[in-house]
Amino acid sequence: MVERKEEKTVYATPNDPSPTRPVIFNEDICNGCNVCVDVCLQDVFIPNPREGKPPILLYPDECWYDGNCVLACSRKGAIRFNIPLMWRTAWRDKETGELYWVDKKSSD
Amino acid sequence: MYGEKTLVWPYPVLYGQAKEIDTDVLVVGGGIAGCWAAIAAAQKGVKVAILEKAATVRSGAGGAGCDHWGSVINGNPGCKLEPEEFVNAQLHGGGLNEWGNGIMSYIQAMESYETLLELEQMGGKIRDTGDEFKGAPFRDEQTRMLFAYDYENKWCARVWGTTFKPALYKECKRLGVQIFDRFMATSLLTEDGKCGARVVGATGMNVRTGEFITCRAKATILATARPSRIWSFSTDKHGLNITGGSPIAWKAGAEFTLLEKTSKVGGEPLSATHGSGSDRNTSYPCTMVDDDGNEIPWVDRSGNILETVEERSLPVAGQRFHVSNRAHTAFDILGPSPKPVGELLKTGNYTLPFWSDLPGMPDEERRVIWGVMVGEESKTKIVYELYKQNGFDPEKHQLQGYQYLNAAPYGLGPVGAGSYLSTITGGNVRNLGPGITGGLVIDWNLRTSMEGLYAAGDCLFASYGHAQAATAGRYAGRNAANYAKKAGSVPSVHERQIEEEKSRIYAPVARKSGIDWKELNNGLNKVMQVYCGDPKSGKLMNLGLKFLDDLKEEASQNLYANNPHKLGRTIEVLELITYAEAIVHASLARKCSNRYLDFYRTDYAELDPPEWHKYIVLKKSDDGVTSRKMELEFWGDFESNYAANNAR
Repeated sequence: MVERKEEKTVYATPNDPSPTRPVIFNEDICNGCNVCVDVCLQDVFIPNPREGKPPILLYPDECWYDGNCVLACSRKGAIRFNIPLMWRTAWRDKETGELYWVDKKSSD
Repeated sequence: MYGEKTLVWPYPVLYGQAKEIDTDVLVVGGGIAGCWAAIAAAQKGVKVAILEKAATVRSGAGGAGCDHWGSVINGNPGCKLEPEEFVNAQLHGGGLNEWGNGIMSYIQAMESYETLLELEQMGGKIRDTGDEFKGAPFRDEQTRMLFAYDYENKWCARVWGTTFKPALYKECKRLGVQIFDRFMATSLLTEDGKCGARVVGATGMNVRTGEFITCRAKATILATARPSRIWSFSTDKHGLNITGGSPIAWKAGAEFTLLEKTSKVGGEPLSATHGSGSDRNTSYPCTMVDDDGNEIPWVDRSGNILETVEERSLPVAGQRFHVSNRAHTAFDILGPSPKPVGELLKTGNYTLPFWSDLPGMPDEERRVIWGVMVGEESKTKIVYELYKQNGFDPEKHQLQGYQYLNAAPYGLGPVGAGSYLSTITGGNVRNLGPGITGGLVIDWNLRTSMEGLYAAGDCLFASYGHAQAATAGRYAGRNAANYAKKAGSVPSVHERQIEEEKSRIYAPVARKSGIDWKELNNGLNKVMQVYCGDPKSGKLMNLGLKFLDDLKEEASQNLYANNPHKLGRTIEVLELITYAEAIVHASLARKCSNRYLDFYRTDYAELDPPEWHKYIVLKKSDDGVTSRKMELEFWGDFESNYAANNAR
């Protein structure tokens, strides 16, 4: 999955094979080195046919969520682990009781 | 990808094209057990090759990391226990534990510590070299190693497991092991193609290109995972569980046991791995509090309240050692635990939810739980990093736990079986494992019932855990290498067996449309939930076998895959159906019920009568499936058998 800039064309697409997006690439930082493709156990990626571009997450539904791809990447911010909504777990500040979870910081 | 044109498959497509290799020792599966097996065999000077479905640098259940390294008994200067005493205390405690694998437990107790030292030589981090935990009650000052559960007896090490797999991979390469990444094994080859005859190699297929491989080997070591996805499967809810290759050994005619032992623990994860509050396993001995901040009391094995955190990690007066508090643990070695959640809720004094109180833990305990255990355990490094990036601070924040779900006496859960990973499913949705469950029968060489076939790791019966996989691989590697050295030249393989395998595995890509692997997997799940769930009966299971036949027939006519990746998934599901059949046969063969095996039959309700207090061993042969009974503790005397067979 690549975070898209504004896109005007509307496409007819089938449902995604999975509602989850286990990792998200930043096209501006990723240089398409494919280290993540090589290390993935489930082989969920394929290299992008356009050289230098982020790999294509072809089988997001087969992700095992081990994070090996993100941890193997040497370009900070090029690939982000994206925890699915149904795995969000709350934590709370022991003193104030304020609640947080991934993607919900105190300022939210 | 969506909104883009359909892409052409990026790799060359080589269906049916074959490469052939000859080797002394072939390792099937390059996870923890497989890499250790390859290294140990190569150290003996034989030629070794690995077939690995994924990428050996990180593959396997323990590839991403490891937090606990168990049974560091023999050789560990911090541990006063004897290997035999440690193993017997667990096996003789009654309950499920006596169905355990004594051979593997003893080998692990003998070699776990030295395996860890060898791993350190390869570059794995096994001790507190930075003195981050100097003076902590769980640190052994002589070795600077950290321990878990029982700080006095130090039988379980806390380790930095994210460093392990790349170190093993590097060592395999250094020793000249040939590694075939992205090749899944699809079958074992036998002498003259006969079921049950000597194993002479394996076939495989590249899951990117579809290329075929024939491996001729003097000895083969199966080091594959335990199959999953047999009763449930939802990529939408928990991604894709890795599934194992042990069905290929069933098809070849190897003996299996305990396949009828399944459990209802599993189901859908409720958080990222170890990303919720817990008091056990990776998070042991973390304090939990209720929603009003009241501490959940900890008790010793007799129910006495423990006042301090440190007591949770020590044996009680008169107790030799403890192994924390697991289901069915014998009283002798039973450790402390928080009071059962269901019991607490009945008092009306505790409010939900509960939270793990990391801020309230002593500094070293907090840092070792959140940073070493969560952080180094498989799949948790990414969780640790993600929580940190999102502002989670263990000095300030309490993390929600899910232990109350299904807590007895309100739900299905066994007492105290709070969930740290996932929910407890309904009884008909089963799982293999966790812990003691079925797999290959092995002898003191870690040889299976078939000549030329050795096994290590999760594919063995009642064998589990990172350290056990490592020690098993290392031991099996030595024995397989010794066998290979005496086995003469590389055996020939049976051409018809190879041709039949090719026509079997490539059939789905020859079609233009048909059944997708996911539908087949879902179909399998339905059959197993309905006909081999809970409760069971002979009639139900025989009907189940008919439906499995129907699935196989449907698959042989209509299964469809349009690229090598999907073909690989398709072959996996066919293997799962094979394993499911073996499970149903095993369940039919046990004509009684057994609460420790979580096995209930309506037609044979008697609980564990003496004549059935035995393993049932099954294998496939040319005459169908045959079974025999085997005594518990079939392994005989530990010390002499180990001495005679360890193949140093």
